[in-house]
Amino acid sequence: MTQLQYKGTGSATGRTGSRYWRSKSAYLGVIPFLIVSGLFLLYPTWNVASGAFQDNYGKFSTSVLKQVFNSPVARHAFANSLEISIKTAIAGAIMGGLFAWAIVNGKRDGYFYRFSVALSSVLAQFGGVMLTFAFLATFGFNGLVANFALKVAPNSFLAESSWLYGMLGLSVLYTFFQIPLMVLVFLPTLENLKPQWREASDALGGKAWEYWLRIGIPILTPSFAGAALLLFVNSFSAYATAQTLINLTDFLTPLEIATALTSETGGSNPAEAKSLSFFMVVVVIIAMTLYALLRRRVSRWEQRR
Amino acid sequence: MKRTWGVRIWRWSIIAVVGAYLLVPLYAMFDFSTKPFGFQDKGRTFRAWQIIPSQQDLMISIARSLITAGIVMSLILFLIVPTAIWVHLKLPLLRRPFELLCLLPLAIPAIVIVVGIAPLYRWISIHLTESPITLSGVYSMLILPYTYRSLSAALDAVDIHTLAEAARTLGANTSRVIFGIIMPTIKTGIVNGSFIAIALVMGEFTISNILNYKTFQVVIAQIGRTNGNVAVAVSLASILFVLVLLLAIPTKKRRSAVLDVDLV
Repeated sequence: MTQLQYKGTGSATGRTGSRYWRSKSAYLGVIPFLIVSGLFLLYPTWNVASGAFQDNYGKFSTSVLKQVFNSPVARHAFANSLEISIKTAIAGAIMGGLFAWAIVNGKRDGYFYRFSVALSSVLAQFGGVMLTFAFLATFGFNGLVANFALKVAPNSFLAESSWLYGMLGLSVLYTFFQIPLMVLVFLPTLENLKPQWREASDALGGKAWEYWLRIGIPILTPSFAGAALLLFVNSFSAYATAQTLINLTDFLTPLEIATALTSETGGSNPAEAKSLSFFMVVVVIIAMTLYALLRRRVSRWEQRR
Repeated sequence: MKRTWGVRIWRWSIIAVVGAYLLVPLYAMFDFSTKPFGFQDKGRTFRAWQIIPSQQDLMISIARSLITAGIVMSLILFLIVPTAIWVHLKLPLLRRPFELLCLLPLAIPAIVIVVGIAPLYRWISIHLTESPITLSGVYSMLILPYTYRSLSAALDAVDIHTLAEAARTLGANTSRVIFGIIMPTIKTGIVNGSFIAIALVMGEFTISNILNYKTFQVVIAQIGRTNGNVAVAVSLASILFVLVLLLAIPTKKRRSAVLDVDLV
């Protein structure tokens, strides 16, 4: 939506409602929503934000925060989380972006188009337990591809499934839900590329690669980077897949948080969980701010639906 | 635009590679779920599929998750949507704060929300009820950014101020303006939002697992530990179910369900 729409006078515009619609008592209307969101959204947010600066007895201190920041285990998990998120965001963005291009190049609203979009919507939500099952059935012990590899190339790494339970395996799983998410996010952008640009380039004698190099890629870069940031956040905050695939409690930050919160052996440590959460939120907020800035560039040319 | 051979080759090789990535694991699930289990089986069997209905825990959890989804949907319908309309109509000053509030869950991963909300649910399960249905409260918040996104797109597309004033001059009261006039005009946005609600509730694992509630995903994970074939069969069945459901809904209506969040 362009800003222009709001400029103007009269009761039919967003900014200036008629006097009739304005009264102090109108504010009462948001109270039910405030209660629910206060309980289930603002309270937990506040709880984490303030709890990060408290010790386990509720006293103000930054000691837990510092302790977590300096702990080698936490740092390692954080580095792992960042690594897997960056890797799978890039891999997912490239593969998903190319796939979105392949979809757009087909017949609009044809069977392939509809099937791909529907499949993407399903699989983008498909993290966690079911995803783990799917890949165990594929690459795990006695899985489809693992068995096939045993017959064809018994010495390849595919034949034994231990690779699945580490960084590589987890990255492969994450990429699986990153690709469809990228398709969903990037498809509208590609559909809004104006065919006139291509025609203009062709008419002026540009070749296909020149079009992509000089026009296509430059104009798509902000959207692409924005989508990649979304994917980054998506895998950075993912918990279910890692939890069900590997039982290493300190492998990724989300796993570490869950352990700190529920640990049955060492007793739970909510202050540690909150400090870890705090660092996670900082990273997510940085990524989302960059995303917002990129979107602003994008909306200059991309007509919003 | 005519398609050259180069484009075609590129297109089909991309489709082949990415398609294999996405579809082979799904086929492997089918393959795995029809593997013989037990000693009396020889060759392929559909027994894992056949005994799905007899899994008591599973059926209960599906019913519960569906009820939860229903509650989340009614919260969207009777709380979030009316509030969004109300803010749009009457409280222009609150538009930005409301938007920020709705987008807040984007900045806070579910694993972080669970850290903050654990004391609340501990209190609820001690003093009120242990039913997993209470999770609908936090679920309706998790879904806010998506609801808001599809809603605000719909609200921007329709000039609700004119609609509302026309309705009022003709004598409609406020609830009729919101529920009878404006909500039907933004039906598509609401339907999209509700659809995402079902997907979220049926797929949620993080919060329910950590808070020890037996929702659909948690029960599937449990079954997976003892009875892999059945768990895989259930997973595949639910994926196919949603896929068919999505294919049955016309494409145009689903467009804005695409996750496309604007923070501007």
